[in-house]
Amino acid sequence: MDKRIAGLSAAVAHALLRAASPLLGTLLLFAQTNPDTVKLTMAPVQGNVYVLMGDGGNITVQTGKDGVMLVDTGFAPLAPKAMAEIRKLSDGPIRWIVNTHVHTDHTGGNAEMAKLGMTGESIGPPRIVAQSNVLNRMTTADPGQPKIPEAAWPNDEYFLPSKDFFFNGEAVVVYHVPAAHTDGDSLVFFRRSDVLSTGDVFTPGSYPIIDLARGGSVQGEIDALNRIIDITVPAKYQEGGTMVIPGHGRLCDEADVVEYRNMLTVIRDRFRDMIHKGMTLEQIKATKPTLDYDTQYGATTGFWTTDMFLDAVYKSLSEKK
Amino acid sequence: MVSLPVFAQVDFTGEWAPLYHEDGPERLPGPELGDYTELPINAAARMAGDTYDADRISVVPEYQCRPHGGDYSMRGLGNLRVWRDIDQASEKLIAFHTHMLAWDSERTIWMDGRPHPPDYAPHTWQGFSTGVWDGNMLTITTTHLKTNYMRRNGIPRSDKAVFTEHWTRHGDYLTVVTVIEDPVYLTEPLVRSDNWYVDPGQNIGIFGCEYAPEVPRPEGTVPNHLVGQNPFLHEFANWYGLPYEATRGGAETLYPEYQKKIANEYHPPDHCERYCKCTSLFDCNVTSK
Repeated sequence: MDKRIAGLSAAVAHALLRAASPLLGTLLLFAQTNPDTVKLTMAPVQGNVYVLMGDGGNITVQTGKDGVMLVDTGFAPLAPKAMAEIRKLSDGPIRWIVNTHVHTDHTGGNAEMAKLGMTGESIGPPRIVAQSNVLNRMTTADPGQPKIPEAAWPNDEYFLPSKDFFFNGEAVVVYHVPAAHTDGDSLVFFRRSDVLSTGDVFTPGSYPIIDLARGGSVQGEIDALNRIIDITVPAKYQEGGTMVIPGHGRLCDEADVVEYRNMLTVIRDRFRDMIHKGMTLEQIKATKPTLDYDTQYGATTGFWTTDMFLDAVYKSLSEKK
Repeated sequence: MVSLPVFAQVDFTGEWAPLYHEDGPERLPGPELGDYTELPINAAARMAGDTYDADRISVVPEYQCRPHGGDYSMRGLGNLRVWRDIDQASEKLIAFHTHMLAWDSERTIWMDGRPHPPDYAPHTWQGFSTGVWDGNMLTITTTHLKTNYMRRNGIPRSDKAVFTEHWTRHGDYLTVVTVIEDPVYLTEPLVRSDNWYVDPGQNIGIFGCEYAPEVPRPEGTVPNHLVGQNPFLHEFANWYGLPYEATRGGAETLYPEYQKKIANEYHPPDHCERYCKCTSLFDCNVTSK
């Protein structure tokens, strides 16, 4: 069990973690899961790119003659199991890891995957790329939380709007989308394979998780979704073309992102109108402002409920600019 | 005893032209805003329809060439071509294929017993279809549909929906009973039927579509009516003399008992100015008010 929650009953720990940050709740939920029972599935996406799906965030895997590149590394306890799946695709060394954001369901496996990914061909540990805010947050532990080991830190952070490199015969472009899910979100575009890995900026199975405590915002999230739509190009009649790997959930393309963007934009418009009229959060909630989307994206249990989403939207849009 | 492979009991291949009946107004000029009749929708779908702004199909570029879903194709401009794949070695039917006029939509109906894809597989406009024979009736199950419309006035159909069809051929006529089950937006299955007739001379042309900005607008604009501020919702009820509640959809409104319930509130206009007698593409005359 994760030491951060040891000594607490699950219910109390869950409540505390949720109060501190909804996203930390995922740690607890996962800590109650036996990694041995977790099923991981590797699915081909397009070109050189695959996705490893299971508990925790999706892991994007790109392979070729130069070795292996990962986008995110999942939960730490799953790293050996994830690595076994990756080894079915390639014996090459892991040379690049990109973290789409700071949360541990996407960065938890950094250190272990870097270690397991070393082979005789390795020229050192992999480069771990992330937007500089990810490094800042990983090197500064949250109050009461243990320090994250240095081996897990990004060692190739960037602070400009984008970073690019060439690997396995294709250009890889990493775009920073500010103040969206967090303040350190990256989109990773595999230009030849025509695949975009989005991290938790896009989670089609739930309302977007706006981590206000870590610099997220509703407008930044909408801007990021519009950026995804800018980057992606559909094939005939708005289908296929650039494939999109979300932070969690099934494979998608631009049309799926459009539906998601539309949802959040409509909800923003409603909240803005009601906030402008001076309505309180409770008054807004009483109108059931997301009733039309709740059956698709909402949840009454789990670590990101509809109620938490509404709180985040209200707080984000109420903040003085 | 000699075992024989299961052959297709009925051949659906060929060119089929759609027949329009009471569904003409919805399929040809398109549904009226606020017309949710015949739909067993829940409150979520109703709110989606109420806040939908039809400008969206123009202002959102990605909607300009968005095709019908595999389910709605059967209700659209439904000129239909059907062909099939036969495995030459075994003479077994492998698949039917359909081509629809609207957006050149094509789908494959697998008849070889293959399973549907896993949950994580991408969803498509036409979905993933498999078929089985039930006597002379072909029953098709489609999953993995993308989110789309159940009616083109903002009533959505989710990507969790399962679409079932029952194809029956009567000589030169084809009847397809369709069933949409959608846990997100329906409280009961939506059951409808459509008819086609054989049209050997039919020549389906290229549909073609290229999206382009049509009006200046800030990037990311998504037209929508704020809750309670859509001025068009009562038009349909007023034009046809229906009580407003009867236009709001819901399972109750589908059953004959509901006609009795609203009998005293239904006041059809003396002179119909909308699609009261619309049965084909050419007689859907509208007199502007």
